[in-house]
Amino acid sequence: MMKSKDIAELLNEPACAHNKKEKSGCARPKPGASAGGCAFDGAQIALLPIADVAHIVHGSIACAGSSWDNRGTRSSGPRLFKVGMTTDLTEQDVIMGRGEKRLFHSIKQAIDDYSPAAVFVYNTCIPALIGDDIEAICKSAEERWGTPVVPVDCAGFYGTKNLGNRIAGDAMVKHVCGTREPDPLPHGAQSGDFKVHDVNLVGEYNIAGEFWHVLPLLDHLGIRVLCTLSGDARYREVQTMHRAEVNMMVCSKAMLNVARKLEDSFGTPWFEGSFYGVEDTSKALRDFARLINDPHLTTRTEALITTEEARIHKALEPWRQRLKGKRVLLYTGGVKSWSIVSALQDLGMTVVATGTKKSTEEDKARIREIMGEDTKMIEDGSPRALLNVVRDYNVDILIAGGRNMYTALKARIPFLDINQEREFGYAGYEGMLELAKQLALTVESPIWQAVRKPAPWVASPAAMVQDLASTGTTQEAAHA
Amino acid sequence: MPEITKRNKALSVSPLKASQTIGAALAFLGFHRAIPMLHGAQGCTAFGKVFFVRHFREPIPLQTTAMDQIAAVMGSEDNVVEGLKAICSKNSPSLVGVPTTGLAETQGSDVSMAVGEFRKKYPEYSHIPVVPLSTPDFSGCLETGFAKAVEGVINVLVPDAASAGTKPGKRPRQLNVLVNSSLTPGDLEALKDIIELCGFRPLVIPDLSDSLDGHLPDEDFSPLTIGGTPVAEMATLGDSKATLVIGASLKAAADLLKERTGVPDYRFDHLMGLETNDAFIHTLHQLSGEPVPMKLQRQRAQLQDAMLDTHFMLGLSRFAIAADADLLNGFSHLLAENGAYTVAAVVPANAPAIKNIVTERVHIGDLEDLEKMAEANEAEVLICNSHGQETSLRLGIPLLRAGFPQYDLVGGYQRQWIGYAGTRQTLFDIANILLSLEKGEIHPYRSIYAQKRDDEVTHFGKVSPTRH
Repeated sequence: MMKSKDIAELLNEPACAHNKKEKSGCARPKPGASAGGCAFDGAQIALLPIADVAHIVHGSIACAGSSWDNRGTRSSGPRLFKVGMTTDLTEQDVIMGRGEKRLFHSIKQAIDDYSPAAVFVYNTCIPALIGDDIEAICKSAEERWGTPVVPVDCAGFYGTKNLGNRIAGDAMVKHVCGTREPDPLPHGAQSGDFKVHDVNLVGEYNIAGEFWHVLPLLDHLGIRVLCTLSGDARYREVQTMHRAEVNMMVCSKAMLNVARKLEDSFGTPWFEGSFYGVEDTSKALRDFARLINDPHLTTRTEALITTEEARIHKALEPWRQRLKGKRVLLYTGGVKSWSIVSALQDLGMTVVATGTKKSTEEDKARIREIMGEDTKMIEDGSPRALLNVVRDYNVDILIAGGRNMYTALKARIPFLDINQEREFGYAGYEGMLELAKQLALTVESPIWQAVRKPAPWVASPAAMVQDLASTGTTQEAAHA
Repeated sequence: MPEITKRNKALSVSPLKASQTIGAALAFLGFHRAIPMLHGAQGCTAFGKVFFVRHFREPIPLQTTAMDQIAAVMGSEDNVVEGLKAICSKNSPSLVGVPTTGLAETQGSDVSMAVGEFRKKYPEYSHIPVVPLSTPDFSGCLETGFAKAVEGVINVLVPDAASAGTKPGKRPRQLNVLVNSSLTPGDLEALKDIIELCGFRPLVIPDLSDSLDGHLPDEDFSPLTIGGTPVAEMATLGDSKATLVIGASLKAAADLLKERTGVPDYRFDHLMGLETNDAFIHTLHQLSGEPVPMKLQRQRAQLQDAMLDTHFMLGLSRFAIAADADLLNGFSHLLAENGAYTVAAVVPANAPAIKNIVTERVHIGDLEDLEKMAEANEAEVLICNSHGQETSLRLGIPLLRAGFPQYDLVGGYQRQWIGYAGTRQTLFDIANILLSLEKGEIHPYRSIYAQKRDDEVTHFGKVSPTRH
């Protein structure tokens, strides 16, 4: 089991803006009033997209059984990460203390059958409680079979999902980053007239493959992505993360500790950014150029941005006509509370309110800057509160995470899913087109009229009596 | 109203049309202890029989007047007379339908006169009703033949109110329900349930859900239909409280029934989607004077919820549909109601419902026409009978089977499309098909600088980056 000292250290993330305030994104969960995942959930979600790794969940069935292969992340190659693996501990294993042995054999089985690039072992509550020493097991398994075996000690009771993200990041920095030097550039990839720079992206999960909208732009600029932690990543890429010139924290503070620790150990500068919306995508590209500080790169970046923006604005024009003036309530976490706002405004939509529950003071300042001083900021994200805002502000569409989807639908409100589980990619310039299309699809759907309309037989009692006059029946009026 | 374009080429390629002769035969199969006898050469019946046997996976009672060379030249009335005699003497059916084929019509065979001769010559069978019909396959399609048979049966079996003394509403709980050929036995079962829930006794005409629903009867063989609308009941249609008409193709039949009996009717073009089912249930509610049953109210709410859940997939999606007019019309309304487009619509023959189809253009033609329209208008899903399989493969889009025939789908004949519940399941199925298209799928991109070495190692489930 992880020591409470270690947990406290992970919770204390000096680079996180939340850290300064009492209200922390990493505060302890409150019994009876908590939603969201546990530390195991967070750790698994953060690392699972590493495609060529065997991800073994060490624990009883509930942990892996209800969570394997349920993410929208995409791989361009191996699909090993889609194979659910768990030690599926039995009562006897727990009583007799056979968990460690089972884990040891499980690791062998995974290596024998699937020849993974590495094995990640996720610890869960029961083995943590009964004291399985997964670190020792992983170490001896690695020595025995020669495949890297990485312990991720992330029992659910350690804390929230957010903590789990950090545990995952920590495990990567501690066990994987720096264990291999980057490959030389592939033959022919270096065209010679400019220098190729190495970067990492942390917290980019390639949901629905959306990073593939962005990657060609980076290629064009001569920016090599050593690793995205962890969308479409390979183990051997994670190993080289220490050599990046710049790290970008994508849209999330979840693995902030990775960027911070890489900065502490290797002096790598980092920035926070987002690929949602035209403006933010351009900004991210500029930030890379700024931190890399290569004048030639800066020139090429500006040229690319000019061409791409012109192209995408033209393509977005017909959608803008359709979405113009539509009123949006945006309820999503942290950085996205403002990064998406500019994307929506760009489409001619009016964002009437935005959720700020997970936003920092900087985020809020940014929101005021974009949306004006009297912007409605929503702290209370309960379904009832959201629905009230929808009604009071005459909202046309609610944009939020998947778990709010059915709240919106039951209230007969158009909805767009913006979080991890979604099936469409919105990143980069090209993603804006998909976003516009999906927005139009739901806002313009004729079903909203149909589902709001009462059944004809409850419409008007007077009309009904009249209708029935000829049939001579009078029971109707009583019913109505 | 859509633009309607007609067949503009000599050759029909991958025809969509099934003949009106077998459409009429199908309607007769919805009456109890009935048998259709197609007036024509043997092949017309043999093909028709195979058509329905494969679709329903049931034995199909179907006879033929077996016109030969001599009959074709010298006159075929005798074939009708002798055919009727053979069937009546051997099987003593409750109803014989005699739809004509193109051959008989071209020859100028007068089937009504032949039936008259049969009556004169064999008065001992005067109690067996015979319905002669003019249904040449050179006009109309399955749907029109079906509707003509319904009209023909009404014409023969439903007496005039004045002479028979029937009075609308004398049977206050009885409703006549005229149904078109697109309603499956599964649809009809559901329809009867709905009407019974509202406190009525439905008299479905014709009732294929009682004859071709695919049930295993006790008797091992029957030369006649083993279920269907009881022929004797037809005389009581005039006593019903109201007539419900499902399908624009039944206009003439409904007009005739109303004229004969004076029973008020309520007409619905189709029963697919929320709006039309609301109107339908509302009508039943007004007729019964009772509250709408909770079960139906729940089904309505379930449908609304399904509309919400599926609109993400259906919205802006594009469909190509080939079917008889009533079915195509229903689908087009269902799709439009849920934000989807009918971008290619082909019907086999002209029909009243065509002008109500929600689309830009309806073409009267074949599956080749459909294929071209679907391709030009970037359809994503095809709705068609089993013959659409090849079309869908060539277009590279999935096929939802509907209409006649469905020979490569077990249970297709029984599937329920209508009502709140049937609509809901249809939406689910369509949404699942759309999900399988992986729309919005982003093409995997491999960086030119990538450190990935997937080709060098044999990792499980490796896919080439260019697969999609």
